[in-house]
Formats: sequence, structure tokens, C-alpha cells
Amino acid sequence: MLRALTVAAAVFVAAAGVAFAAGEAEHPHDHPFSFDSPIRGYDMAAVQRGFQVYNQVCSTCHSMAHLSYRHLGEEGGPFAAYMARNHETGEEEMVVGKPAHGGRFVTVTENPYVRAIASAVTISDIDPASGQPMDRPGRVSDHFRSPFPNEIAARAANGGAYPPDLSVITSARHGGADYIYSLLVGYTGEVDGALYGNRYFAGGKIAMPPPLAEGAVAYADGSPTTVEQYAADVTTFLQWAADPHMEARKRMGIIVISFLLVLAGLLYLAYKQVWRGESH
Amino acid sequence: MSGHSTYEPKSGFTRWLDKRLPIIRMAHDSFVAYPTPRNLNYWYTFGAMLALCLVVQIVTGVVLAMHYVPHINMAFASVQRIDRDVPYGWLIQNIHSVGASMFFLAVYIHMFKGLYYGSYKAPREVLWILGCVIYFLMIATAFLGYSLPWGQMSFWAATVITNLIGALPMIGESIKNWLMGGFSVDQPTLNRFFSLHYLLPFVIAGVVALHVWALHETGQNNPTGVEVKSKADTVPFTPHATIKDLFATALFLILFAVFVFYMPDALGHADNYIPANPLQTPPEIVPEWYLLPFYAILRAFDFNIGPIDSKLAGVLAMFASIGVLFVLPWLDTSRVRSMRYRPAARQFFLIFVVVCLVLGWCGGQNPGRVLAQSGDFTATLRWVEGGAVSARAFSAPSEEQFDETAAGMRETATTEGAAMTMVSRSNATDARMMSVVGGTPQTQTVSARTIEALEEAVQEAKAEIGARAPFFVTERASPMAFTVTRLSQVATFYYFLFFLVLLPLLGLRETPGRVPDTIAKPIGGQTQEAA
Ligand code: HEC
Ligand code: HEM
Repeated sequence: MLRALTVAAAVFVAAAGVAFAAGEAEHPHDHPFSFDSPIRGYDMAAVQRGFQVYNQVCSTCHSMAHLSYRHLGEEGGPFAAYMARNHETGEEEMVVGKPAHGGRFVTVTENPYVRAIASAVTISDIDPASGQPMDRPGRVSDHFRSPFPNEIAARAANGGAYPPDLSVITSARHGGADYIYSLLVGYTGEVDGALYGNRYFAGGKIAMPPPLAEGAVAYADGSPTTVEQYAADVTTFLQWAADPHMEARKRMGIIVISFLLVLAGLLYLAYKQVWRGESH
Repeated sequence: MSGHSTYEPKSGFTRWLDKRLPIIRMAHDSFVAYPTPRNLNYWYTFGAMLALCLVVQIVTGVVLAMHYVPHINMAFASVQRIDRDVPYGWLIQNIHSVGASMFFLAVYIHMFKGLYYGSYKAPREVLWILGCVIYFLMIATAFLGYSLPWGQMSFWAATVITNLIGALPMIGESIKNWLMGGFSVDQPTLNRFFSLHYLLPFVIAGVVALHVWALHETGQNNPTGVEVKSKADTVPFTPHATIKDLFATALFLILFAVFVFYMPDALGHADNYIPANPLQTPPEIVPEWYLLPFYAILRAFDFNIGPIDSKLAGVLAMFASIGVLFVLPWLDTSRVRSMRYRPAARQFFLIFVVVCLVLGWCGGQNPGRVLAQSGDFTATLRWVEGGAVSARAFSAPSEEQFDETAAGMRETATTEGAAMTMVSRSNATDARMMSVVGGTPQTQTVSARTIEALEEAVQEAKAEIGARAPFFVTERASPMAFTVTRLSQVATFYYFLFFLVLLPLLGLRETPGRVPDTIAKPIGGQTQEAA
């Protein structure tokens, strides 16, 4: 009887776990991102386009203070450049993304894409000669420029709401990338004063005006310029930003786990050998 | 078993050293020649994993501490820097945070094993108590470590726990302020938490040394719970136990690696990626999974016990739930060690394990969440169709007299022939009474699973009836509800019942099964049949 009781309790626990109550907001849409798979990496073209969306749209309100421009050009970053030989011309040329046949990594300070991105930004600094505040073009070592000097200024410019830093936003929300994507495409069109109806935001109303509009960002690679595409791209970029070493991590995981499996197999054989003939 | 040393130094240097510091002899006696019972099963391999976990936490922790900045404005960013810029920092950080969970996973299995096989019973009381000390220190260390990244959960968990300690009578307030280094969780708190988080693992290492010393004095227990009687009962630690421990540890490392490389955040809470903000309480404050059972016990006390208020009762119960482990050797009265031969106790033990899991589950839930209810929420709408409606304003002389005045108004209306009345109050003393004379009284009942759905259904029903009803009188009824808090109370009750009542009584009343005379010659088939 007691055993039956225990089993009943276990079943009850399992069932209760499944019946987890849903909150007010809708459950995020399950978007098929490439990085969802345990082995696949980022769609780097999407990360590049997503950076463009962040840079042209989101960065007017949101900081990404934990990132520096150089991160974009480091190995595993969206603008990592390599020198590789062109098979047709035989010339060494610079390509973005690691070529299939290998190539020489271009250090970030030499990376023209990253330098162009950084120098297009104006950074407030102290003039090393006079000690007075001054503006200068950005350098690759600079952190992403924050749109507001502090939280008070950010709130003042956004009707009292604080646009959170986006450096780790996909880690900082339940639902991760699926939630961010859903939020960006989840506007209902209702407006209530300074609040906008959004099916996925807790409470149903968010202080962020719909940030994406069809055609607002011009893509050079011919990808569709729809809200859904922008949302998927910027979310991929944000996921990369929160987890820049994911590809290296998954790659190392395969090696480590394979090694451990072989080791465990050998140890098992050794164990059998040692204990052979021992009663236990 | 501190028997005869069989170590023989082979080289000139080891002979020289053996005369001066017999450290190789000690290692040889403890980890090579040391006789271990031959019937140890895989539950006995977790000690090795625990030792590994401690080393892993210390090594990764020392490296993290080289890059971590214990400052409220920089801690969060410094952990980000470790993850992004420190070479393999992401790996070290993942190993350290996943490692804490793996450490607890191993320690829980290790402790349940001890409970099941009666490893706390004489002569291993001190060994068991030292284990409990390690466990307590681990909880403290993990709690302190969790506050270091200075995310929202770090900050609020630190706030909640330090405030709990403040609930203790007399000394609580001083301990709380001493822990915080002020009147709230702030820079001084973070500084001392970092210092203590760095210190405690080394204290743990010291207690582990004592734990192993005590172990080697009494010898290991084993699944039969029968003491080693002769050499036939044992095998040398190396290679027999060593190889088995290594194999099991390799499996454990695979699980460890799956988390580190593929689900590094699965065991953590998303809110800890939001920098700490003392002005904004997160929607839910929950500890890490390994502390959830204690959180459930804490929150199970939603009632005062005589002069003890609910908060203090919860804190005391939480500490008692660990404290009871320390006195367990004297609570269990059974002469038989292993539950393998205690069929009744075994059933209660299995329930105990389930209860601990239930407590863990409860700790992560909203305490008010309804798990089961006796029926639906219902509302009965009453209205009168086609009567003569009149409205009358009235005021009560004072707020206290309002109910009385309203009752009086209603009574007058009813004696004047009103079929139904409704009072709507506009402020403390003023109200309007609607009444309807004649017509046909109607009723409609709606029901729903939740109170929110009920309100929706009521609104719908009202809209449908519309103008046919001048006004409604609505009576609502709630079903009996079984909430997470109730479940926690039941589970907490069993937790203490198990230690304080069942184990003392069972030892005196139960009829144990037949215990084998020696480890080497178990009575036929018995060991295979039961785990
Ligand atoms: C006009 C300013 C503005 C722009 C442009 C903007 N946001 Fe926001 N965002 C806000 C504000 C304000 C909030 C805070 C909303 C609140 O708390 O209700 C916010 C909140 C968010 C959140 C957090 C939602 C949550 O769960 O708390 C995310 C994610 C986000 N924005 C992403 C983006 C992305 C991606 C873009 C670019 C495509 C973007 N935002 C562009 C103002 C902006
Ligand atoms: C008993 C062993 C230990 C346990 C159980 C433990 C547990 C933890 C936990 C749970 C965290 C929070 C991790 C996170 O959320 O990211 C943490 C952080 C930290 N620990 Fe430990 N730890 C132990 C030993 C050590 C040691 C020995 C050191 C240093 C010598 C150390 C240094 C740190 C540092 C610097 C952090 C903050 C950085 C970070 O969050 O990764 N730890 N620890």
C-alpha cells in the first residue's frame, strides 16, 4: 500500500509540473533559429544584418554597454575578417567570415569593417592635451556608444520608461530569443496614451513604440525588408551578443564529451578486469 | 580501519622521507592498501565525485577571483568581462556556476545513501556530523557565491536571507547588521560576502580532511550495514575501489559537461542577467534549485504559532530541518543499520525521498497557486424582470453606523413590497438604494474554473440579460482550494515526522528481515533482490 502511495505521489508531482499555469502574456512563438540546435552555430549573415538593425534603429534608445566595437571583428564575431587566396585570380584577398579552406585571421585593429563601424560613431572623451571635454571619432576599443548619459536621461526621453541595456537581453528574459522575436512582432496596433499593446509583454502593454517598420532598414544583400525579417535578424544579433562564444563552446563540447565517453568506456573495461573473479 | 601499515619505502629518498615525514605512508595506507568492503555499490562512488567537485570549485574560483571585482557598480560588468574577454573565461565561469549545482547533486545523493544504509549509526556518528557540517558550509558558500555576480536574484536573495536572520529574537538584528555591514545589502555586504566566499571552501577542505580521517578510523559502511569481520570481507582500495570510483566519476563528468557546454544557463534564473536594482523587486524571488526545499519549508509557515510569528517559525523550521540531521544518530533506535533489511522503514524512506522532491518543487512555485479545488467558482445572479424600479439616496450618521442604516433602509423597502433591493455605496457614509416592486424574480448561475474566468462569465451573462434586468444581486462562492502552501505544509510535516517520530518508533516496533552474518557470505539471493 505504501509503495502505491509513493507511486501516486510521484505521478501527482509529474502531472502538476506539466500543468504549469500560464501568465497573462502569450507564450512566445517558437521561432526556428539556427542556434537552437545543439550543434549548429549562428547564421552570421543574419547577425550582420541584425547589427545593422540595432545600429540604425534600437541604438537610439538602447545601450549595449558590455560590448565593444572590437568584439564584432574577433574570431566568432560577425565581421571577423580573414586573408584567403582567391582560387581563380591567385590573389590574397580579405573575406568576412572564416573561409572553408582556412585563412589568416586579420587582427581587429586592422579590420577595415570594424574600423569603419567604430569611426562612424562620435564618442565624448577628455582631450588629452587640454583636459577639457571633447568629441572624437570612435575607436575599435571603445564600448558601444550609449544613447543616454545615464538612466535618468534615458527615462526622461522615454516617458518615464527605461529602455534596458541589450547586451545580455536574450539571457535576461524567460523564453530567450523566442521571447525577444515575439515581442518585436507582437504589437497589436492598440495604443493607450504612451503604451502600446503587445501580446507577449507581461501586462499586455509596453512603453516601447513599435520599433520596426517595413522597409525602414535597407539591406545590401537583398534579404526581405519585412518586420519579421528585421525581428529575426536583430534577435540573432542579440543572441550572439549575449553568448558570443557559443560556437566555440559547442565545438569544444563535442570534443570533451567524446573524450569522456571513450574514457568512461576504457575505465569500464578496466573495472571489469580488476573485479573479475571477485565476488561482490 | 586503522590497521597495520603495509607500506614499504623502496628508494633511498622515500626511506629518508619516511623517517622524517611519513606522508607517503599515510597516502598509501589511506588510498592504496586501505581495505574497503567488497560489496560497495555505485551509490558509494559519490564521495569521490564530491572531492573532485571541491577541487574544481576551488581551482576555477581562484581564477575567477583574479578577474572579478567586488564592487556594486562593477561586479556585474566584471563577470561579463570574464565571459567575453578573459581567455576561456566563459569556460571557467560556466564550470564554476554549473559546478555548484553538480556539487549539490552529488552531496544530496551521498546523503540519501547515508540515510538509507544507516551510515550515521554508531560508530560513525562523528563522521556523519562532520558531513552535515560540510553540507551546511556548502549552503553558506553557495549562497554567498550566488550574490557575487550582483544580478537581480543575487541582490534580492541576499536581502531576503539576511532579513530572515533578522527575525531571530534578540541576536537576529545584530547578526543581520553585521552580515550586511550596514542597514541594507550594499557595498559592505558584497565585500564581506566575497571575502567569506573565498574563505569557506578552504574551511570545507579542512572539514573534509576530518571527515576522511573519521572515515578511515571507523571504516566504510556498506549496503548490508554489517561490519567488516575478516579480510575476506574486503578488497584493497586500490585498484578495486579506485577504478570503480573513476568509472562512475567519468559518467558524472559527462553529465557535468553536457550542462557546461550545452545548457550553461539551464540551472540559473534569467533575472540574474539583470544588474541588481535595489529599487525594483523582481516579480518572484527564488533561490537556486538546490535550496528550494528549504525555501518551501520557510514559506510553509503562513500562520503564527502562539507567541512565535509566522516568519520566525519559518526560519526556525528551516534551520531545524538541517539541525535534525545532526542529531539523527540518536533519533534512529533501530539495531539494524541498513534499510535493506528494514522493510517498513524502507517504505517510509521512499516516501521521504518523494517528500523532499515535492518540497523542492513547491519552493519554486507561487505559494498561492491552486493545485486542486473541490469544484468550480460559482456566481448566482438574481434580478427582477418587469417591476417598478425606484432609487433613493441616503446617508448614515457615521461610517460605523453605515451597515446598520443600510439594513434599516432595506427592511423598510421590503416591508413596502420590494422584491429585491441593492445598496451601492459612494463613500464612507453616502449610498443609493435601488429597489424593485412587483415583476418576476429570475436567477441564473454561472460557474468557472478560476476566479478570473468567473468574473468574465458574470460579465457575459450580465451583457446577455442586458436591459431586462434593472440591477443584479450577485452571490459568489469559492470552492475549497489546495494550494502550494498547503502541499508544503503537508510535506514539511512529513519531513519532521520521519526524523522525529517514525525513525525513533520504527526502530523499536518493526520486525527487521534477516541480516547476513558477514559481508562475504550474504544469505542466498538477498543482496541481489534488494538494492
Ligand atoms: C524609441 C525608443 C526605443 C527604440 C527605438 C527601441 N526601444 Fe526597445 N524599449 C524602449 C523602452 C522605453 C523600453 C521599456 C519598455 C517598458 O518597460 O515598458 C524598451 C524595452 C525593450 C525590451 C525589453 C522588453 C522586456 O521584456 O522588458 C527589448 C527586448 C527591446 N526594447 C528591444 C528593442 C529592439 C530589438 C529594438 C530595435 C529593433 C528596440 N527595442 C528599439 C524604447 C525603445
Ligand atoms: C565550495 C565550493 C564553492 C561553491 C559551492 C561555490 C559556488 C558559487 C556560486 C553558486 C557562484 C555564483 C555563480 C554564478 O551565478 O555565476 C559563485 C561565484 C563565484 N565564486 Fe564560488 N563557489 C565555491 C568555491 C569558490 C572558491 C574557492 C573561490 C575563490 C577562491 C570562488 C570564487 C568565486 C567568484 C570570484 C565568483 C563570482 C564570479 C562568478 O559569478 O562566476 N568560489 N560561486
